[in-house]
Amino acid sequence: MTALPETEEMVDPVPGAAAPHLPNRADLVQLLTPEGDRVEHPDYALEIGHDELRALYRDLVLVRRWDVEATALQRQGELGIWASLLGQEAAQIGAGRAMAASDMAFPTYREHGVAWTRGVDPLHVISLFRGVDNGGWDPVATGFNLYTVVIGAQTLHATGYAMGLQRDGAENAALAFLGDGATSQGEVNEAMIWAASFSAPVVFFCQNNQYAISVPLERQSRVPLYQRAAGFGFPGVRVDGNDVLAVLAVTRQALQAAREGQGPTFIEAFTYRMGAHTTSDDPTRYRLASELEEWKLRDPIARLKAHLSRSSIADAAFFQSVEAEADELAARIRSGTVDMPDPAPTEMFDHVYAEQTPQLAQQRADFVAYQASFEGGEH
Amino acid sequence: MAQTLTIGKALNLGLRKAMEDDAKVVLMGEDIGKLGGVFRITDGLQKDFGEARVVDTPLAEAGILGTAVGLAMRGYRPVCEIQFDGFVFPAYNQIVTQVAKIHARSKGRLPMPIVIRIPFGGGIGAVEHHSESPEAYFAHTAGLKVVAVSNPVDAYWGIQQAVAHPDPIVFLEPKRRYWEKAEVDVDATPDPLFASRVVRGGDDVTVLAYGPMVKTALQAAEAAAEEGRSVEVVDLRTVSPLDLAPVFESVRRTGRCVVVHEAPVTLGLGAEIAARVTETCFHSLEAPVLRVGGYDTPYPPSKLEEEYLPDLDRVLDAVDRAMEF
Repeated sequence: MTALPETEEMVDPVPGAAAPHLPNRADLVQLLTPEGDRVEHPDYALEIGHDELRALYRDLVLVRRWDVEATALQRQGELGIWASLLGQEAAQIGAGRAMAASDMAFPTYREHGVAWTRGVDPLHVISLFRGVDNGGWDPVATGFNLYTVVIGAQTLHATGYAMGLQRDGAENAALAFLGDGATSQGEVNEAMIWAASFSAPVVFFCQNNQYAISVPLERQSRVPLYQRAAGFGFPGVRVDGNDVLAVLAVTRQALQAAREGQGPTFIEAFTYRMGAHTTSDDPTRYRLASELEEWKLRDPIARLKAHLSRSSIADAAFFQSVEAEADELAARIRSGTVDMPDPAPTEMFDHVYAEQTPQLAQQRADFVAYQASFEGGEH
Repeated sequence: MAQTLTIGKALNLGLRKAMEDDAKVVLMGEDIGKLGGVFRITDGLQKDFGEARVVDTPLAEAGILGTAVGLAMRGYRPVCEIQFDGFVFPAYNQIVTQVAKIHARSKGRLPMPIVIRIPFGGGIGAVEHHSESPEAYFAHTAGLKVVAVSNPVDAYWGIQQAVAHPDPIVFLEPKRRYWEKAEVDVDATPDPLFASRVVRGGDDVTVLAYGPMVKTALQAAEAAAEEGRSVEVVDLRTVSPLDLAPVFESVRRTGRCVVVHEAPVTLGLGAEIAARVTETCFHSLEAPVLRVGGYDTPYPPSKLEEEYLPDLDRVLDAVDRAMEF
């Protein structure tokens, strides 16, 4: 693993002076070029069969369709908000598919692609953004923690969970997701200090999508993010986040190292948020259309499709079948969202504590009585 | 078997018992291992239970609570020591946005059996941030429970009950009373954790206190008795949830109620208790519920803390004012 790269690269500290172009550097791990050519990397060999390649393509297409459908549902008033993963599909599918079933993921609120790889039903993610609950899936059964909205807080949870794995003698790892903005949070830095001090089996997977809402990376860091790891005393690696194969290989290796007791790794998946931060955001206020056009040429799905076609790994019938499946998924998400019932009003009282307090039980009873007083009358 | 213990030693023995009873109990904090904690509450525990169960952490309070969340998700029962009350705030984000909310967020799938031990309150002549009473912040936060012990018996049993409890608990220890002694019968059946207790009977005024102020309230009751006033004292013991049934019963008899705490009065526990007592005992009250607490200032430099902290005389003054209504 490339521990301490000797690159001289600096991120321009003057905000806005440099657009986030993909670095054409030797320290960017890439196995699939933007044109779809398969290339080798000396540190990251990837043995992968055709079935697996096709499955990755299917994952990418389906999560994008889910994402597009969710954005549309928000526009139609069915969701309160949606945080789009558009452009980050390869980073998330690659990382998610690198995990073993009993590894544990600690997502932010944008890891829909990882959720997909963990078998979380898209409607259980949708329910959060519809305001029905805070995520409807079982974090233990899926190995996918609930979304954490406070930036960076989950990196400490992942580290603590990894300390638990150590104590249990479990041969598993925790995978902590974070964004470029989160690297400025104190808690993220504490998480990396703890992970290093206890050599915890945790991998920090940073999707550097170049913007923390509107604020570019230059405001978060004067050095490339992966180089931060050296200061904490563990390896950092930068991978082309739009290259699902490279992400898969790098994350697999880091997770395996963690499981084998070699401690944490920081992965910077260099990618780009093609859409808005959320449906409430307007990225035209802070970035240039030309930048988006440049990144469209590096689309994570197009490059894998080119590779599959050119190498005769998949034919037109396969691509059509994936499209058809995506259509079905979108239809299921649409009808499942529109038909999703509201929660029972008393649910807000029911899980505040494992052992309900008398005071909250009383408030609940008062609330029920109050609601009942309107029955048959005006509400 | 009864033995004479200080509050500090009772906590130490209680933690030891909790660790013996459940191998999932892990203590975490700054200087709690070799040193045994700055107040020696964890003295000798790392030697006997090892570094994996008594963890000397990096100096980062958010890290202590954040990793405790992850350990709890993995089935552990972390007991976190915050070295001093004023140092809990770097961890405030994790406590309020994560520890308190994860059970609800997960619809009960992820219990958070975390104990946050905080030596709290003033009276030790310390520098800034070492004498605070932050209980109201936590009592205001849904998902947390908050208890405050006042004596060695409750310290011994309370810490064990808190560790065994399924919800996160802020466990407040009266640091200036760590060296107070009492007989502790380790074979006795303890009172429940979330229950207040009448610690002195009386007929004229009900005085409520918790943590370090219980002793002050008892001293005031003693002095009042010499003047012929009969003061009932209730040790609240639990700050969230409040257990006010014994208080209501008492106030219905006395008609007068004084709440004492070190924390500033404005929006302190006394405000909530006054509202509840008024709602429930309105027709029994002979006087408004009065509050005795710290002033609405930052905790002052130690040369002024005797003026800042409620003491016997300030409690008696409130008792007098209640009687004059």
